[in-house]
Amino acid sequence: MTASNNLTHEGAPTMAGATYNFAYLDEQTKRMIRRAILKAIAIPGYQVPFASREMPMPYGWGTGGVQVTASIIGPDDVLKVIDQGADDTTNAVSIRAFFQKVANVAVTTRTHEATIIQTRHRIPETPLKSGQVLVYQVPIPEPLRFLEPRETETRTMHALEEYGLMHVKLYEDIARHGYIAKTYAYPVKVEDRYVMDPSPIPKFDNPKMHMSEALQLFGAGREKRIYAIPPHTKVVSLDFEDHPFEVQKFSEPCAICGSRGIYLDEVILDDRGGHMFVCSDTDFCEEQRNEH
Amino acid sequence: MNIDDDAPLLTVNGVGKRYGNRIGCADVSFDLWPGEVLAIVGESGSGKTTLLNCLSTRLEPDAGSICYRTRGGEMRDVYQMREAERRFLMRTDWGFVHQNPADGLRMTVSAGANVGERLMAVGERHYGDIRGKAIDWLGRVEIASDRVDDQPRAFSGGMRQRLQIARNLVTHPRLVFMDEPTGGLDVSVQARLLDLLRSLVAELGLSAIVVTHDLAVARLISHRMMVMKDGRVIEHGLTDRVLDDPHAPYTQLLVSSILQV
Repeated sequence: MTASNNLTHEGAPTMAGATYNFAYLDEQTKRMIRRAILKAIAIPGYQVPFASREMPMPYGWGTGGVQVTASIIGPDDVLKVIDQGADDTTNAVSIRAFFQKVANVAVTTRTHEATIIQTRHRIPETPLKSGQVLVYQVPIPEPLRFLEPRETETRTMHALEEYGLMHVKLYEDIARHGYIAKTYAYPVKVEDRYVMDPSPIPKFDNPKMHMSEALQLFGAGREKRIYAIPPHTKVVSLDFEDHPFEVQKFSEPCAICGSRGIYLDEVILDDRGGHMFVCSDTDFCEEQRNEH
Repeated sequence: MNIDDDAPLLTVNGVGKRYGNRIGCADVSFDLWPGEVLAIVGESGSGKTTLLNCLSTRLEPDAGSICYRTRGGEMRDVYQMREAERRFLMRTDWGFVHQNPADGLRMTVSAGANVGERLMAVGERHYGDIRGKAIDWLGRVEIASDRVDDQPRAFSGGMRQRLQIARNLVTHPRLVFMDEPTGGLDVSVQARLLDLLRSLVAELGLSAIVVTHDLAVARLISHRMMVMKDGRVIEHGLTDRVLDDPHAPYTQLLVSSILQV
């Protein structure tokens, strides 16, 4: 007997033999997380503390994202999970299987079919639509963390909008490398107020956050923080006047589907230096191949 | 000389801080005038650092008031300001030079970024300009411009202290607090640092409050001095007067205990 046989979609556990609630978390926990999400949406970019729960997976595997997804998912939702842009990597497969089992929801690998997309490291290449929710798994929510170790101090800095330190980091990059060498988790300013860590997505994806039609939710399980970017919100990557923000550029197209202007992964083919560049977004790659 | 010089920059009235039953400092009152350097001397445990921390808003006093005249000419009680204003003051109009440079510097970022931090904190967003100003200030504290990308960890104690001074002065503060700025440096480096401090203070018209246990340092850089013992100010006057003609018995003891080489 599988667990899903005993689950109802109304969110209440059945009496006989149910070991957990719809979507794993109990209703009180979901309410608590939803309150945090609502507050996060009301204050774009602000990190809302929440009472993160133990999940049946280790910290660092997306416990924050899973809790956010579990709190917002309903029986009619269609879930897509990506890890490094791919639908078929271990983490993506197991989180998808987890929600199939505990919520009995439909899953997909198609970006445009999904209503909730849980992601680690990427924003899909296919532009997101209104009504979709992108849930990020965040390892370290505090953009100032490696510059200022004290949580009390970083909270004060956010409260008083003291973000000079963030530019010290960028200055240091230019002084050392001649350009801003930060390629992922590139800090952004949300709606001219909070500086936010967009989680370790490549800076290539930063412009997609700006004025996105989809709701973007960020969950950090170990650090117990939730933050959000509501649809149509201004998101600006930090830079200097004489060293403006730039995204990565790739000289060759995807070796499989031939697309350009998208984010590519380097794949090592042998031990003699052979390599190729392919789409990091596997669903996008497949779609391109089907079209041609 | 402008008209503002007729009014004190900092007015301290009856400031006291207790640690439980013990007195940190008690009933300290004085005025500090623009361009003036005040030395606070006394033995270890006499309350010098407690007083300095109270004055620089790093430690809230239990009694008394500290008023600062802002650039707008307004006298403001520093503990009545909003935290945002106070922190803004701390990183623009004020400076704080720690005894141990590691406390006042970011040891893991380059010298240029250390000097540039305050500029970026007040909104400068042009890398070339920030770097140019950093190099200029390194030159003024006698650090070669080719060290701009080195981390303070690679600097000697004297260089670190000079870097800390540059980092504080880059926003042209009007008031600088210094806690034993020459402590832990050998005498020849001390002498050069004092020379540098003296010329910077004169050149920029800075006011400074310097805590030191070294009477020679006080003699060299300060106009006025306060002698503290057991948390109280026991003597207060022009530096030369206090050192040449000490009135209080403790000050006489202090002055006579200087080793003559």
